[in-house]
Parts: sequence; C-alpha cells; structure tokens
Amino acid sequence: MSTRASEYAPQDPAARSDDADGPPTRIIRPVSGWLPLDLAELWRYRELVFFLAWRDVQLRYRQTLLGIAWAILQPLFTAVVFAVFFGYLGHIPSDGSPYPLFALVGLVAWQLFAFALLQSSESLVANQHILRRAYFPRIVVPMASIGAGVLDFLASGAVVAVALGWYGVHPTWRLLFLPMLAVQALCTAMGVGLWLATLNVRYRDVRYTLPFLAQIWLLATPVAYPASIVPERWRSLLGVNPMAGVVEGFRWAILGTGRLSPGLLGVSSIIAVALLVSGLYYMRRMEPRFADVI
Amino acid sequence: MGRIALRVEGLGKQFPLRNTGPSYDTLGDAIVRFAKAPLAFLRPKQPAGRARSFWALRDVTFEVRRGEAVGVIGRNGAGKSTLLKILSGVTAPTEGTAAIWGALGALLEVGTGFHLELTGRENVYLNGAILGMKRAEVARRFDEIIAFAGVERFVDTPAKHYSSGMLMRLAFAVAAQLDTDVLVVDEALAVGDVEFQRKCLQKMEQVGAVGRTVLFVSHDMAAVTRLCSRAILLDRGSVVADGRASEVVHKYLHGGTAHGAAVREWADVALAPGDTVARLRAVRIVDEEGKPAPEIAVNQSVGIEIDFWNLRPEERTAVSVALHSQEGYCLFYGHDFHAPGWKAGPRPKGVVRSTCRIPRNLLAEGLFTVSVYLHSRGGTESHGSEADAVAFTVVDRSHRDDPLIGSWSGIVRPALDWQITVPP
Repeated sequence: MSTRASEYAPQDPAARSDDADGPPTRIIRPVSGWLPLDLAELWRYRELVFFLAWRDVQLRYRQTLLGIAWAILQPLFTAVVFAVFFGYLGHIPSDGSPYPLFALVGLVAWQLFAFALLQSSESLVANQHILRRAYFPRIVVPMASIGAGVLDFLASGAVVAVALGWYGVHPTWRLLFLPMLAVQALCTAMGVGLWLATLNVRYRDVRYTLPFLAQIWLLATPVAYPASIVPERWRSLLGVNPMAGVVEGFRWAILGTGRLSPGLLGVSSIIAVALLVSGLYYMRRMEPRFADVI
Repeated sequence: MGRIALRVEGLGKQFPLRNTGPSYDTLGDAIVRFAKAPLAFLRPKQPAGRARSFWALRDVTFEVRRGEAVGVIGRNGAGKSTLLKILSGVTAPTEGTAAIWGALGALLEVGTGFHLELTGRENVYLNGAILGMKRAEVARRFDEIIAFAGVERFVDTPAKHYSSGMLMRLAFAVAAQLDTDVLVVDEALAVGDVEFQRKCLQKMEQVGAVGRTVLFVSHDMAAVTRLCSRAILLDRGSVVADGRASEVVHKYLHGGTAHGAAVREWADVALAPGDTVARLRAVRIVDEEGKPAPEIAVNQSVGIEIDFWNLRPEERTAVSVALHSQEGYCLFYGHDFHAPGWKAGPRPKGVVRSTCRIPRNLLAEGLFTVSVYLHSRGGTESHGSEADAVAFTVVDRSHRDDPLIGSWSGIVRPALDWQITVPP
C-alpha cells in the first residue's frame, strides 16, 4: 500500500513541507548504484510473502493424481536408483551406514536445495505480470517461491523417519542441528537464486543454464558418495561448495556417521552467507529497472 | 482546499527505444544481429544508448491537495500510465521527484495476480495482499466484497468456472476496498457491463467524498468530467493543460494537443500504433470532397479515412472505428469487413485505406472523437488501437430559412420522416 521508500534528508528541497502537515511520507526519486536493503519494508510485506507461498502450495499439486505424494516419491525413487547403481553395483562406500539410507538422507537435503534454487531463479519471470502492475519489495517473490519446497521437504522427512525405523537407526541429540543445516541449504539456494533471478529478468539464457547447473552441482556435492573419499587435506576445499557442508551435516545429524569437519562446515557457512548477502544487494540494485526490462 | 497531498517536480522517465522484438537480450540476438549485418561494426557507430531512447515523461510538475480528485488524460503514449507507475513505485523515475503525504495505494489494473485455478475466496485474499491490504482487513470486509461483486454462491468455486463478468466484478470489488490517503487508478473502469460501471463510479465518488485524494487516468471523458474537479492533460510526456476538468477535457477533445484535430499521421512505421501484423499510418476526417476538414456541416456526410500498413495480409486484418460524443458516450462501432466483397477476405499487402461515411443529417452539433482499432480473426485478436485518434466538430451552416437550424438537444439529429395528417 506504500510507495518505494527513500531516505528522508531534512535539507531535501523535495521534502519542503510548507503548507503541509509535516514532512512527506515518501519521496520518490531516481535511484542508481547500490541501495540499502530496507528490511523494515520487507517486514511490512510479510503477509504477501505468505500469500504468494500459499498460492504456490495451493497450485503445486492441484489437478495431479498423486498430490503431495510426489514430494515423497521423488527422493525415494532417486534413492532406489542410486542404491542399485552406486551402492550395489558401484560399491561406493557410505561411511558405515546402509547405502540406501545414506543416499536417501543426502537426496532429501539436496532436493530442498535444488527446488529452492530452481523456483527462486524462475520466480521473477514467472511473476512478471504482477511485477509490472503492483509495487512491493521485489525480494518478496523469490522468498515466497521457496515456501512450497520447504513443505515438500517436511513431507519427505516422513520417508526418512520410516527408513530410519526400517534400518533400526536411532536419532540422537545431533538432530537439533538439522534446522540450522536446512537454513544453510536455503541460504545457499536463495543466494544463487537471487543472482540468477535478477539475471533472468534481462537474459533468458538463465532458464537454459539452470538444469545444466543443477546437474553439475549435484555431481560436485557428496550426495551419491561420502566426503570421506576426498583426501583429508583437500576436504576443507570441498566446503567451497556450501552444499557439501549441508549434505555431510545432514548425515552426521541424522545417521550419526562420519565426522562433522568443522573446517568444511565453516567454509560452507561463510560462502553461503556471502552468496545470500551479495545476492540480496545485487537484486536490490537492479530491482528499480525490473518493471522496465522484464 | 486541503493541505498538500502530492507534489511532483520535474519528473521524467526515459526508456530505451525498442521497435522490434522482445525487450530481453540473448546471446543469440547478438549473433543474429551480426549475421544480418556482418560489417555493421565498420560503419560509424550510431550514437548508442542515449539517442536510441525516448522520454515517456519529461519535466512534469504539479501539486495535488488533499481531497482533490484529479483526472489525468491524454492520448495513448502521452505518458499517463508511466506517471502512475512512477507514483506507485513500480518503476523509478529518471529525473525529478515526487513527494507523497500519507499512504498511497495504486490500482494499475484490476485483478492483478488473479489465478484461474484458485477459488474466488483465495483470489480475494491474494489480490488484496498484492494491493497491500492486510489480511485482517480483507477478512473483515470479505462479505462486503463478495456481495458487491454478487458472487456469493461461487465463493469456493475455482475462478476458471467464473464468467468473465463475474471475475471482473470480483476483482473490482477487492480494489474498491483500497482506502489509502492517496489513490491512483489507471483505466480500471474500462471493464464490466454498464450497470456495474455505474456501481463502480458511485464507489469511486464515495472514495473522493471522504477526503481522499484520487488520481484517475481515463479515456472516458464523461467519467473524468463527472468524478474529477480538476484534470491534467498530458501530451508526449509533458503537461499541456492543468485546470478545471471540463475545460481541460474540452481542450483535449478540440485537439489542444500538438496534432491537428482532424488528421493524425504516423510517419515512422516503427512508432505507429500496431504490431508486426498491421500498423496505423493515418486517420483523417474528410468532407464530401475528400479533403481533410475539422468542421463538417450537419447536412454533409463525414468521411473517416484510415490508412494502415498491412504487413501480414494472411492474418486478415480489419479496421474498426468507434465514435464518441464529447460527453464520452459511444455512439456506434463500425467495422470495415462490412465493405462489399471484403468480408473476412485478406486485404492487399502494403498500405491499405479503409474509408467509411457517416450519413448526412445524423449527428447533432457538437464535438466527436474517433477511435480506431486494428484486429484480425473476426475481432478476437487485437493488433493495435488509437483511442481518440481524431476529432471533428459538427456545425449547422444552413440558411435562416432552413427549418433545421440551431443547436438541438441530443447527440443525434436525424432528418426524421414526418407526416402530418388528420386522423379519420
């Protein structure tokens, strides 16, 4: 319901308030360069984040036969395929856990990330109709786009719980670290997603790069294999890919296997935060022109 | 006069000029450009960027006081929508400032974000959130919204089963709940049936009455005159008139803009209204000799001559015209596929001229405007239009001894076939 906020400077001639009740509420002016993030305004639009996410959830499985079961089937079937080819035929080690369980936990973490990445990257273009006709902080759109994926993630948690019971693995206090790791996965996805969504507004090449990027990234992340097959001294380097820390962390927290390498996790978190912050500022810088070029 | 609500100073918006294709670039586009003109880089560089851009809005300055209802009028492309987009925050200005006192709500389109798979109820909440309303606010007024739209029985039916009229009414009913200090409305009333439009106008009048400031863009001159005390006329991005609504509307309709009232021509095919199928080249009002004339006598026929570039004849582009009175009433629509032998047939490629004649002794004295539309597939596909493209005045030049003289009431003044007899 409000216009773009600009900082109010008392000496500003546009703000002169003769004949008015105090200074203006808003001043609209040309913008360029790097802008502050204005998180207060984002907070005012929190309901819109909710409604857009809720719309995606409503629409995601409407007119499907299996509905929310898709959220469970996807990681489950992929885990079965991985188990057959990598575990049974390929003899890839799994840090002492049963390989199918090892792969399933990795895949659930991965799909949380991959879905958030794809949805946020496409979100601005997918909602261009709204962007051209209504004002709100644009960050609302990619933020809302990950909502449906988080719900899928929670649903797939049920599959993991059943699998744990099947293999007789008992969760420990380490499970408490899971939300933190999930947040790191989302930060990474949002960070990269914000960059790609912003680029996508101008260069639709992004759309064709995405599946390719997701595939390469999956291979570079220890989902089908354990990080422990990477020599010890190079392992922190693996953390340059923030998802390496997340996937390894998931296994550590759920299966209790492997060691959580603090070096790897530290590097992962720093990079995830750097991606997110840079993505936020880049998008904020480009957003005044979205409606003109989208 | 209330205190100030909105001050716009030197506002300007520059767009890069894009006359072909989509606005986004791809690597492929660059390759195609190279393939088309491989030696282009040898030629002196066109002054890139700056020269290939235009000002949609330039040096616009005005103030609006609290409680004022201001109409913003002008031809298509005059910058009306750009102005509203800047004020609403959708796009940033290139220069100048706009200061707003109080919360501003923008209604650039009714039903933004409506999704056909969602139910009526879901759409109301989503649309409300996009317009910036709080959920609690929408919940409180939900029944009122549904009743206003008259869709009580279909609240939980997916919108895809709604008629287009129901959808429009629902969309407007949500929008009508926007009660910010300043409200900007773009063409939102150009929807729905006449009965519902009247309802909407009443709602808008109420909005103005409670001391709210309204900025209202419209092509409907009757609505502007009725709803707004004041009007601002934009032409090619600049304010050319600002004053009492009736006076500004009059000036606009009389061709107070830079173009001649009776003739409108587009020299550059790339800038003319239209698309890759057809573009308008000229619209003229001509007298019985075929000469352009801004004034036509009551007892003379009025010719409307439309030239257009028929770029893809296989699309079977046709031309329609609409005649509006000064008060904004639509007198009629006419379609050139009624020309003998041309029904649904393709027109020749190149420049095509469609001319129609309004019979003598049909229009009463007054000012009329002609809107032109290019379309194909029996009118289902639109290729471009120009609202109020040309205007003309009908005058009575008859001699004193002619019984049909002077200003009559009404918009039409047909030469009726009277008979006087003595009933048996």
